[in-house]
Amino acid sequence: MYELIVIGGGPAGLAAACAAWEKGLRKILIVERDQELGGILNQCIHNGFGLHHFKEELTGPEYAGRFIELLKQTGVEVRLDTMALDVVPEESGASVHMVGKSAGYRIEQTRAVILAMGCRERTRGAIGIPGTRPAGVFTAGAAQRYVNMEGWMPGSRVVILGSGDIGLIMARRMTLEGAKVLACVEVMPYSGGLNRNIVQCLHDYDIPLYLSHTVTDIRGKNRVEQVVVSKVDERRNPIPGTEMVFDCDTLLLSVGLIPENELSRQAGVEIDPRTNGPVVWQDMETSLPGVFACGNVAHVHDLVDFVTEESRRAGESAADYVQNRRWAEGKTVLTGDTRIIRIKNGDGVTYTLPQQIEPERVEKACTVAFRVNRICGPSRIVVTDGAGQRIAAFNRDRLAPGEMERIALPRVLLDRIVGDVTVSVAEKEAEPA
Amino acid sequence: MTELICIVCPQGCHLKVDEENGYAVTGNGCPRGAEYGKVELTAPTRTVTSTVRCEGGAHPRCPVKTDRPVPKGSIFEVMAALEGVTLAAPVKVGQMVIENVCGTGANVVATRDLPSV
Repeated sequence: MYELIVIGGGPAGLAAACAAWEKGLRKILIVERDQELGGILNQCIHNGFGLHHFKEELTGPEYAGRFIELLKQTGVEVRLDTMALDVVPEESGASVHMVGKSAGYRIEQTRAVILAMGCRERTRGAIGIPGTRPAGVFTAGAAQRYVNMEGWMPGSRVVILGSGDIGLIMARRMTLEGAKVLACVEVMPYSGGLNRNIVQCLHDYDIPLYLSHTVTDIRGKNRVEQVVVSKVDERRNPIPGTEMVFDCDTLLLSVGLIPENELSRQAGVEIDPRTNGPVVWQDMETSLPGVFACGNVAHVHDLVDFVTEESRRAGESAADYVQNRRWAEGKTVLTGDTRIIRIKNGDGVTYTLPQQIEPERVEKACTVAFRVNRICGPSRIVVTDGAGQRIAAFNRDRLAPGEMERIALPRVLLDRIVGDVTVSVAEKEAEPA
Repeated sequence: MTELICIVCPQGCHLKVDEENGYAVTGNGCPRGAEYGKVELTAPTRTVTSTVRCEGGAHPRCPVKTDRPVPKGSIFEVMAALEGVTLAAPVKVGQMVIENVCGTGANVVATRDLPSV
C-alpha cells in the first residue's frame, strides 16, 4: 500500500511529491500519462520561469528539469505512459485505477491522493465560432507542441484569437520560425496576458492587437483560406459593417483553460463553479478527506512559481495527513464544533482559493489567491467579515484579470473573524493634484 | 520622458525613463527595472529561445537559449544560425550548442536533457 499517490507528473505533481518526501513519506507514486515527467513545461521553451522560486530566469524545460533532478534524489516511484482512470475513496484511504503500456491495468491502494492533472485548452467548439470546418484551426498549446517538440510548422500566415499568455507567446514563436502573424484578436477590451508578453511578443514584432474584436467567420474548404474579424460592442456582440478579412491558412485559439477534473468529479470531490476546480481548504485538501488538489487542476495559474508553492503546501499537508493518522478518523474530518470560515467574492472579485479556512489548523498565516474581473488602477483590497467589520486591507498600484493576486491573512486576524469573510476590491479615487 | 513596461519579470512595472536626465528610471519595483529602462532605450536586448534539430533522441527538436541577452537587431540572425545546427542525443542541459553566436558574445546552450533512445 502506498502512503501517497500523485496523479500527474507536471510542475504541480513534481513539487507535491518532493515536498511529501521531504516531510518523511517514503511510499510515494507519481502516475504520469506522458512518456516523460515535466508536463506542459517541456513545450514552454521560452524564458521567464523561476524568478520567484529559484531567483533566476529559466526556460520551461530548465524549470521542469530542476524538479526532475530533485525527484531523482528521492525514492519516489514514477510510472510513465500510465493513465489514471479512477480514484475510489475508501474507508481509510483510496484505490487508484490505472492503465499503462507495460504494466497493464492496475489497482493501487493508498492513504492519500494528490490531484495534479493540470488543465485543458478551450477549443473552437467551446466558443462556437461560425464558418466551415477546414484544417488549420489549432489550439495555441497544440501548435506549441508541434513547433517546439515535434518539429512541425502548423502554417505560414496566422491569425491568433485570444490574447492570453499562450496566444502571445505563440505569436512570437511563429514569427521567429518564419510565419507571418497577421493579427492577435481579443474579444475583451483588455488583454488576458501578462504585460511583459504584450511588449516582448507583439510590440517587438509589430503584430497588431485588436481589442474588443472577435472572429466571426472561418472560410475555406480543405484548409483555412480566410478569417473574418469583427468589432464587438460592450455586450460582446459583433457589430455589422466592421468586418476585416484576413487571408491566412491558420487560426490559433488561445481562448482559455479549464481545470481537468474528470477524475475529481468521478471521485465525488465538490467542484467550485467559479474555478472549475475542487473546493479546497487552506492546506489544499478537497471535500474528500485525504484527497488534495494543487496547480492548474485547482485554479488556472499564470506563474509556475506559484504552482510550485501551492503544490509544496499540498504535499506537506498530505504527509501530515498520513503521519498523524488522520485517515484513521474516518470520513468526517470536521466535527460540529470546528470553526469554518468560508471566503466569498466581493465586488470586483471572480474567485478565491482556498474557498474555506479552518483557523485552528492555520499555523502562522493563510495565503488567499484571487482574481479581479476588470483592470483597476490604484486600488484597495478589503477583507470584511460576517459582522461587517474590516479585517484587513491591502494596497495595490494595479490589478488585472490576467494577473493572480495574493494576500496573506495571519492567524491572529482569522481568530477575530465573525462568520464568513468577503474579499472585495475598490479602486481609489484619483487624488486631487 | 518615455513610458515603458518592464519585461524583466512577470510583474510588468510601468516605467518612466528620463532621457534628458541620464536615463533616470522611475516606477521600477527593483534595480533590474532601472537597468532595463536604460538599456531598452539605448541598446535593447532580448534572450532568444528556440529549438534545434536533434537526432537519436526522444524528440526530434532540442530546446535552446542564448545564455545572455543579444541585441534586438540580431534576433533573426541568431535564428538563421540555429537552422544550421543538428545535435546528436544524448544532450545535457547547459551543453554548448553555438559559441559566441553571430559575434554577439552570447553562447547558445541546450535547455534540457535529451537522452538517446
